[in-house]
Amino acid sequence: MITAAVHEQATYLNESYGIKSWLLTKDHKRIALLYLATITFFFFLGGIFATLIRIELLTPSGDLVSSETYNKLFTLHGVIMVFFFLIPSIPATLGNFFLPLMIGAKDLAFPRINLLSWYLLVIGGCFAMYAMLAGGVDTGWTFYVPYSTSYSNGYVIATGLGIFIAGFSSILTGLNFIVTVHRMRAPGMTWFRLPLFVWSNYATALIQVLGTPVLAITMVLLICERSLHLGIFDPARGGDPVLYQHLFWFYSHPAVYIMVLPGMGVISELVSTFSRKRVFGYKMIAFSSVAIAVLGFLVWGHHLFVAGQSVYAGLVFSFLSYFVAIPSAIKVFNWTATLYKGSISYATPMLYAFGFIGLFTMGGLTGLFVASLGIDVHVTDTYFVIAHFHYIMVGGTLMAYLGGLHYWWPKMTGRMYPEGFAKLSALTVFLGFNLTFFPQFILGYLGMPRRYHSYPDEFQVLHVMSTAGASVLAVGYVMPLVYFIWSLRYGAIAGPNPWGATGLEWKTTSPPPAHNFDETPIVTTEAYDYAALEVAKVG
Amino acid sequence: MDSQTETVALREQFETAGQQKEASTLGMWVFLVTEIMFFGGLFLAYMVYRRLFPEVFWVASSSLNKIIGAVNTAVLLCSSFTMVLAVHAAQIGSRRAIVIFLILTMLLGGVFLGVKAYEWNEKFQEHHVPGPSFHLEHTTEQGRAQLFFSLYFAMTGLHALHMIIGEGLLLFLLFHAYAGKYTPAYYTPVDIGGLYWHFVDIIWIFLFPLLYLIGQH
Repeated sequence: MITAAVHEQATYLNESYGIKSWLLTKDHKRIALLYLATITFFFFLGGIFATLIRIELLTPSGDLVSSETYNKLFTLHGVIMVFFFLIPSIPATLGNFFLPLMIGAKDLAFPRINLLSWYLLVIGGCFAMYAMLAGGVDTGWTFYVPYSTSYSNGYVIATGLGIFIAGFSSILTGLNFIVTVHRMRAPGMTWFRLPLFVWSNYATALIQVLGTPVLAITMVLLICERSLHLGIFDPARGGDPVLYQHLFWFYSHPAVYIMVLPGMGVISELVSTFSRKRVFGYKMIAFSSVAIAVLGFLVWGHHLFVAGQSVYAGLVFSFLSYFVAIPSAIKVFNWTATLYKGSISYATPMLYAFGFIGLFTMGGLTGLFVASLGIDVHVTDTYFVIAHFHYIMVGGTLMAYLGGLHYWWPKMTGRMYPEGFAKLSALTVFLGFNLTFFPQFILGYLGMPRRYHSYPDEFQVLHVMSTAGASVLAVGYVMPLVYFIWSLRYGAIAGPNPWGATGLEWKTTSPPPAHNFDETPIVTTEAYDYAALEVAKVG
Repeated sequence: MDSQTETVALREQFETAGQQKEASTLGMWVFLVTEIMFFGGLFLAYMVYRRLFPEVFWVASSSLNKIIGAVNTAVLLCSSFTMVLAVHAAQIGSRRAIVIFLILTMLLGGVFLGVKAYEWNEKFQEHHVPGPSFHLEHTTEQGRAQLFFSLYFAMTGLHALHMIIGEGLLLFLLFHAYAGKYTPAYYTPVDIGGLYWHFVDIIWIFLFPLLYLIGQH
């Protein structure tokens, strides 16, 4: 017994044992794993709803579920995926785990608040699941009034409360990240030596802190309107339903950047590591993250082009929406420039990164279609919009999340995943994704509206393609779940730095000890200093 | 006992006491920013509807009791003053003074909430609560008048909720101050508790003219 304990390396995983040591932990790495388990559950739950939607749409007539049930399916799919998977996804798992490691800190600034934020997500999730089991909610994830306040028979209040509570989880994560990046950096870790993943999470935190409280008060007003009939959104008393849409999208458009900015940070890390080059245009990528965070707050009106907003407001919002393309394009061009003359290896994380760059570009460019006033009138509330935002959310964020998870898995667990299966899954996800969502662009352009459970016969071929793609996609998502769990026991021992990457997180053991570093690191070089690494190797 | 030594000591994630204090203070400021955005949604709704229906808002605002509102404003400003004195007492290390000023702050906060409760009660008696029995004199636009009172209850209600949370914070500080936990070297909780209290005060400074005084010219 004693000799075994002596030989075993001290890590955050074997520091203490038992369920209590996890549920009351203040270690950001353990909290990240709690989040990982939670959002994985919600991801597959949301996936079940998506599966039912796709099976229903296999045939033109609404034959699997009733239209009421269908309304509940797409609502729950949206609510679960947006608020309980995508929003927490990268920041709360990979960000939570690696942000302190990357800046050389022992933990986040407020470990107890970090644990509280996880509990809030779980409690919020319980409210949402209560609503689901009690009979569901059918308003769509946007809860537009007056349907949600006056007519819907669903569990709007429980779901709204769940989102309200989960929102505070997101706010507290953002608050923690902002303070941590400002106050907890290791000696020598200047702002322009920060890894770009930290920059993008910092920009995300700004949106979480500034945007989410507005969603919170919107949910409070919605709940009060439905239960107490305040009249704030009720035209009978002079209230304006469009005000609800303004308030909702003031958060929910920036929320798109809460979802995708951390993904962009992951891609910066992956592209640099697997090209063995410094990221091209480091400062431009860093500033473009902040630019996206700021501009993201000025474009919400493009969700109201057909909601009776004034034409002049529409023009300004359309122009500003185009503007977001600039920092996004800066990132894409700089990633591609980083690849140029790089020593590229096609490890699994890099395959996901390539997938991200291509799919995000398509999602971004089709965003320009829907940002222009004329075309948007044609494609609004059609499958074109569905395809567009799934290219960003699933093709972008989810690809980056999976890429990051593969990249940092050896650090988190100390074990390698099986490379062959992982490459196969990356490929499966990419093919399945395109087969699922590309036909939806065409469907939408031809006029297939969203949120309908039956459709004219001529759309069936494209819908069948989409459903077939969804089955492939499902296989692609289940594979990592299986081999990640398998690798916990049978994976090869990873060692501290399996990718030969720069960055402080690779300078400690895998898995890291409870306090991250045996002694506080002192930083003397810029991030991604692969040139020096190569020189050192030759020397 | 255990929690006492833990709070005074440097928490393990920090390198120095200065870093710990800076982090806590910045954390509270960021939290207050989120609070501004939280109240911001209500202020936006107020702005939109006041601009759309200026006359009704004028009439409805005139029905509020300005004297009571002004007294409450004065009470809250005094509580901010005693809070500042409590922070000052912590800086110079006078345990007795911290306790006294925290109690005074809590009392003034309690007076504010009591007056607020009296005002709300009055609204119920005067049929100024939105709902089927609502009636406001001097206007035919009963629906839009209800909108004003919906905003009145939402905004003062949310503010009162923050006051109640603030009273809880003060109680927490009071216990620890009484136990002699705060010294000139460590009084961050008093400091950031004060920040929160002033913030709630400032919200009221905006609410008072917007709700009570727009009928006056």
